[in-house]
Amino acid sequence: MSTDTSTESGGPASDHGGPTTTGGHGPTDHQATGAAGHEEHHGLSDLQYVQVAAILAVITGLEVSLTYIDIGAVFLPALLVLMVIKFFTVVLYFMHLKFDNRIFTVLFYMGLFLAVFVYVVALFTFQFFSS
Amino acid sequence: MSDGDTVGENKTPENGAPDQGNTTSDNAGPVTSTIDEIPMGGLPGPGRSGSAAPAEDGAKLTGLPDRPEAEEHPPLTSTTGLSNNKMGMWLFLGSECLLFGGLISTYMLYRGRHSGGLGPDQIYDIPFTSVSSFVLLMSSLTMVLAVSAAQRKDDRNTTVWLVTTALLGATFVGGQAYEFTSFYREGLGYTTSLFSSSFYTLTGFHGVHVSLGIVMLLALAMMLRSERVSGDRAETVELIGLYWHFVDIVWIVIFTLVYLIPA
Repeated sequence: MSTDTSTESGGPASDHGGPTTTGGHGPTDHQATGAAGHEEHHGLSDLQYVQVAAILAVITGLEVSLTYIDIGAVFLPALLVLMVIKFFTVVLYFMHLKFDNRIFTVLFYMGLFLAVFVYVVALFTFQFFSS
Repeated sequence: MSDGDTVGENKTPENGAPDQGNTTSDNAGPVTSTIDEIPMGGLPGPGRSGSAAPAEDGAKLTGLPDRPEAEEHPPLTSTTGLSNNKMGMWLFLGSECLLFGGLISTYMLYRGRHSGGLGPDQIYDIPFTSVSSFVLLMSSLTMVLAVSAAQRKDDRNTTVWLVTTALLGATFVGGQAYEFTSFYREGLGYTTSLFSSSFYTLTGFHGVHVSLGIVMLLALAMMLRSERVSGDRAETVELIGLYWHFVDIVWIVIFTLVYLIPA
């Protein structure tokens, strides 16, 4: 049964906290920890969220300043790297994907990587035919 | 009914189902327990034998809460033990990647097609858009603070942060409306070129998403104030937060690929 395989392979429910607990809820899914509420809050503190936002603001400032500085061939890769850092910082910390159940990660990254793959291939195809 | 009742507590013997859990006793997880709860004859109902409390068992199996205690129940959970709502939201966001991926790649393909007319290099106002981006980024901070307050069951601060997020979002949308208006006045209409069509479609779709997010934030804030949010409040705030952060990460990509990288 598929359900068994998830537990056997140390699947989502057991990834972050050992065996499942009462009610069979994944221990890291803090929304599903039960009627007891949200005492078990996985994530950052408010101060840490502010620090993450400050880092994001600094990266944004860096991105904008790069457009006014001539850094040659490094410009494009540098911008893309900064964009990816910002993207995953928001996804991992603000969207709690780092602390949440791995199933959510799979669901999101499935769509993300499918989109990136499909459209990169499509763009290369157009480039190929146009040249 | 406690949280555990929903999926795990009532294991097999009294329901007459085979004890499949024993075959994988080392790793008896939530799902095994859930499936084992279902008797061989199907779901128990009123008047059927084999269940001491049919109505209660039915509530366990369907996940529907008993009326008087509805407010205290956890959200509906899937066989994985995770919230269905949250899983649905992540699936939705995954599919949204495909939508925006299509729009962004269309723009990348057509951004050079402006027939010598107004192009990206002539028309974009980077400092203005940078401020808009900063505003949207900060709205993600206020949103995550709203989620944090909701998890602490601090309704007052949750409402404050939700309204602040909505205001920051409205500022962003206002900036986008101003940008569109100024572009139009400079001669860049929707059908002027392939570049303009793809630009307005991409950023317009994003703007609509932000606007919908603002409506959801304000509606949620009002519902919190009037105590009309049923079920798990923190999860409701978190779900809208996920949507809002997604809108933010889409803008992170748009800002770099559309505005900062020259055509």
